[in-house]
Amino acid sequence: MRIIFKTSYLQDIQLFKDRYQLGRYLLLLALGIALPFMLDEYYVGEATYVLIFALAGLGLMLLVGHTGQVSLGHAAFLAVGAYSCVIYEGYGAPFLLALPLAGLTAAVAGAVIAVPVIRLTGIYLAIATLALAIIVEDLIVLLEPITGGVIGLYAEGITVGSFSFERYEFPHRFYWLCLTILVLVTLGYANLLRSPTGRAFMAIRDSEVSAQAMGVNIARYKTLSFALSCGVTGLAGGLLAHYLGAFNHETFLIITSIHLLMMIVIGGLGSIQGAYFGAIVIGVLPSVVTIAREIVSTWWEGINHIAGLDTGLFSALLVLFILYEPLGIYGRWMKIKTFIELFPLYRRNMFKRQHAYLKTERVR
Amino acid sequence: MKTSPVLAVENLSVEFGGVKALNQLSFSVQAGEVFTVVGPNGAGKSTLFNVISRFYQPSHGRVLVSGRDLARINAEGVAALGVARSFQNIELFEHATVLQNLLLGRHRHHKGYWWSDLFFLPATRAAEMAHRAAVEKVIDFLDLQSYRDKMILGLPYGVRKIVELGRALAMEPTLLLLDEPASGLSPEETQELGYWIEDLQKEWGVTVLMIEHDMLLVNQVSTRVLAIDHGAFLALGTPAEVAQNPEVIAAYLGEQVESVV
Repeated sequence: MRIIFKTSYLQDIQLFKDRYQLGRYLLLLALGIALPFMLDEYYVGEATYVLIFALAGLGLMLLVGHTGQVSLGHAAFLAVGAYSCVIYEGYGAPFLLALPLAGLTAAVAGAVIAVPVIRLTGIYLAIATLALAIIVEDLIVLLEPITGGVIGLYAEGITVGSFSFERYEFPHRFYWLCLTILVLVTLGYANLLRSPTGRAFMAIRDSEVSAQAMGVNIARYKTLSFALSCGVTGLAGGLLAHYLGAFNHETFLIITSIHLLMMIVIGGLGSIQGAYFGAIVIGVLPSVVTIAREIVSTWWEGINHIAGLDTGLFSALLVLFILYEPLGIYGRWMKIKTFIELFPLYRRNMFKRQHAYLKTERVR
Repeated sequence: MKTSPVLAVENLSVEFGGVKALNQLSFSVQAGEVFTVVGPNGAGKSTLFNVISRFYQPSHGRVLVSGRDLARINAEGVAALGVARSFQNIELFEHATVLQNLLLGRHRHHKGYWWSDLFFLPATRAAEMAHRAAVEKVIDFLDLQSYRDKMILGLPYGVRKIVELGRALAMEPTLLLLDEPASGLSPEETQELGYWIEDLQKEWGVTVLMIEHDMLLVNQVSTRVLAIDHGAFLALGTPAEVAQNPEVIAAYLGEQVESVV
């Protein structure tokens, strides 16, 4: 284990602990940039899908993982982002303007929704957001003149100036566009977490009473968290619209919301890395199932008749994670890292949760 | 000119349905005092704290902090008046490090905007450095150096108590409310806590309002002691005076029965 000798408060504030950590992340970024050269076009598309879901996951992570407000309806904001982005483009807005505007629209929608729902906690908040997802689904169908109803909308290829980012023609460029947006959002997220705003979010997650006693304005910060979370998810929605090309209300069903939530739980709640890990699982699992199906079907024909295999596997995975690794993939990764760093001194119970002290006298 | 007391409680009553948790209670705490409230279980001590924190609404009477009526201030605004508190059963931010907890204590001094935080603009950076330096003073004072980057979840109870005190101190309070700071601490830790409270009063100039059952600690640090029972005033005076008050003895031990047949 490397112990860092700190000589300045700046070292506690910096994004990266030291040069080695910065180097590792730069290496990862380089790998991310070089990835399209190593894959064929189909898999570049799959990788782009992972990036878009990682972006949506970051949005949900801010709300669920860092502010502790559960949302079962985030597909609604994905939809707001997707539809508004394409609609703005229909009015002639260039992509570089339409996408931020779509994010802003989703953020405003989130802030408006926050006003009634921030008073709710736990299961009640989950039900309220679930209801929201259903309402938005119906609204899309009802608002046919704007949204195209059940037929949906068609997103034109992205062009910036004379430079095309069309998804099928230039899959590499579209991938890099998504990567750029994802990296920028991640940096902003990391900045928030090391500053008073991010700490206020965490305070609300861990103890609202105590946060209030510190002078944290609960309503304001919860609304801000909703707005930022929905805004980021809206950005992902705008990219998703261009990724899919054509979409309708069925793209944003409840199952998408649940996928998003499962994604960050499997990835590891309360960490930026968790959103990435979860997106990788979500993006890679269907391909793995398809490949596995092909292999198995050579000696057992019956596998092709089992429907919903990936949904089943995904649910099983979620159950296993909740039972055996509630901290998600990120938590498991931390344990492995500690094991290697401390070898051979690692103790089995090192990460075991300490006895939780009774909170008998909670004020609310 | 006479300055207004740091805390003035006037005819305060709190009712939960038919239960009178506090009944016409009045007292005031002067700047620089360590003012202790004692009383048997259910006497209304924690209710008093929760009224000052604006978690409970008083039925009658009012509370003034440095001359300002709390009725017009919400729970989040109390911190801005310089009131910091600890909780009886520890309300730390468990999934955060000690340092983050202490920095959250600085929240009331935070004047920036979230978009400045988002880009970590120079203003945010400079403010963070200043907060960090202020927190380091608290860490030095309470000897928390070795726990700085530890998660609260993994810390023993005694350390959590001290971190909670530290978080309150990081607010640079004018009035510090301590709800049973010594409960669950070993005798050595309690003694150390006593020295810290004395230093707080003398060197930091903090006024302390404390609920405590450990009479050794109460005698060591208190300027004045208020005894209450069933939400009502019982006795007020120096620790020795209150300890000898017959009504206080009766409240704690019950009336003496002359002959038991």
